[in-house]
Amino acid sequence: MALFRLKFNRSKYLLLLFLPALIYYILFKYVPMFGILISFKDYNPFKGIWQSDWVGLKYYSMFFHSPDFPKLLKNTVLLGVYKVVFGFPAPIILALLLNEVRKGVVKRLVQSISYLPHFISNVVVVSMMFLFLSPTSGLVNHLIEWMGYSSVNFMQNENYFRTLYILSEIWQHIGWETIIYLAALSAIDPQLYEAATVDGASRWHQLRHITVPGIMPAIVILFILNIGHVLDIGFEKVLLMLNPSIYSTADVLSTYVFRTGIQAMNYSYGTAIDLFTSVVNLLFILTANWISRKTSETSLW
Amino acid sequence: MKPKFGLFDVILYVVLFAVAASALYPFIYMIAVSLSGTVPVLKGEVFFWPKEFNLNTYAAVFDNPEIGRAYVNTIIYTAIGTAISLIVSAAGAYSLSKRDMLFRNGFMVMVVITLFFSGGMIPTFLVVKSYHLIDTIWAMVLPGAVSTWNLIVMRTFFSGMPQEVEESGKIDGLTDIGIFFRLVLPLSKAILATIGLFYGVAIWNNFFSALLYLRDADLFPLQVIVRNMVLQGSGGANGAGNIGGDSMIVDEALKYATIIVTTVPILLIYPFLQKYFAKGALIGSVKG
Repeated sequence: MALFRLKFNRSKYLLLLFLPALIYYILFKYVPMFGILISFKDYNPFKGIWQSDWVGLKYYSMFFHSPDFPKLLKNTVLLGVYKVVFGFPAPIILALLLNEVRKGVVKRLVQSISYLPHFISNVVVVSMMFLFLSPTSGLVNHLIEWMGYSSVNFMQNENYFRTLYILSEIWQHIGWETIIYLAALSAIDPQLYEAATVDGASRWHQLRHITVPGIMPAIVILFILNIGHVLDIGFEKVLLMLNPSIYSTADVLSTYVFRTGIQAMNYSYGTAIDLFTSVVNLLFILTANWISRKTSETSLW
Repeated sequence: MKPKFGLFDVILYVVLFAVAASALYPFIYMIAVSLSGTVPVLKGEVFFWPKEFNLNTYAAVFDNPEIGRAYVNTIIYTAIGTAISLIVSAAGAYSLSKRDMLFRNGFMVMVVITLFFSGGMIPTFLVVKSYHLIDTIWAMVLPGAVSTWNLIVMRTFFSGMPQEVEESGKIDGLTDIGIFFRLVLPLSKAILATIGLFYGVAIWNNFFSALLYLRDADLFPLQVIVRNMVLQGSGGANGAGNIGGDSMIVDEALKYATIIVTTVPILLIYPFLQKYFAKGALIGSVKG
């Protein structure tokens, strides 16, 4: 007890510095976690979270039996998987290409310019998509018509949604995401390349046997983190792109939660879907981390 | 021995040029169209350079009282929000960087858990509502005040600070709070600039919080106005579509001008902070 008091006394000012952050985490992160309880209750705004009646798994079974469930799950998983399959390698490839550039000026210039879209809001990015792809006045359709084809209504066609979403994601984040890989690349010992050159290894061999293994730990860590967000599709952007004519491919779990949960005020039902999403994401990341630790000794924890 | 400039290098430069051009060209195009006259825009003749240069669209954008109010709102949210986020995160990160702080490991676990699990949209919404934050500035500022990633990046930065800083402060009789404000913060300008930029841009661009927590149109930030104008096509709601009788403005040009006006502060700060942020973002990631 005396030791505790001593330790407390010694760190009381540090604890005071931490206090605002602590309050923030409790009020805005941990209290909402207890709010998940309402997914097992019939939430009544007048009774509040604690007084509402328990209904067990009613809302979960309602969701799993809903005709929307298979479609939503498929849309969400497909979008998430495509994002990992196409979006994850893109910055690695760009970083490797930048690494091959010998002129420092060119490298820095391309880097600086490619970061730019990362700082543009989703509202603006989606607005640009609607304007550039507009069937009547958009730049892209002018080009298509000029080449002799008829214009395409990209944003209203459910077949284009996934491609447009993934392409715009890559456009937005490719430059920014190279930062980590470029840092890992610059940490590779230059002597390895010198030795390889002396031994007559070609550029391709150096890439395969020095560069890629050198950044592998960074790739694995980021891959695990990405896997943890497979169901956690960027809500803002999908919602902004969404219109009823593309629901069949574009409606995902989070936009459905927003529509049925917040807008139609089925709070308990929406929370049940939210929790389902979080738990699946958590399982994904735990599994990915476990596999990685067993096979490559690189892991988050 | 100097390696040759071969076919591979040609492909390399072409690809990199394409990446840079695709990131930059949309903005050049939007600026060019928004500064051009009606006829060339309607004919689709504008690609790189404004034709029949004029500022009518911008005059129309700034004449729109909705946009003006939203601009002021966004600036207020960004200024207050960045200040709060930065000070809370920096103080929290500094205390977490001190190994001997009581409960340090427990707090660290508590913070890291939120990276992997959260209450979700609806419980957060209900909680924010129960704190009576709906339709106040604080709804735009508080729910996302601390980003755990940013907190961890700052903590890594502070852990790398030399022990001597703290010791010299202790000799001068400063408490940990004094050391933090008088010695540590002035030595941390690069990281503060970086994380401040991240927070500032996130609040400037925040649409989600406004969508969830704001009903009162007087409080709307720019992002909501852009959404309403461009995506829901209610462009002329307040007469922004036509200024005066004779000078017609193309709807497209007006939308581009609104987008540019919304984005310009970010485009302007960006080059100045660029030298900081790449460095700052690395501090966290490399040491992990």
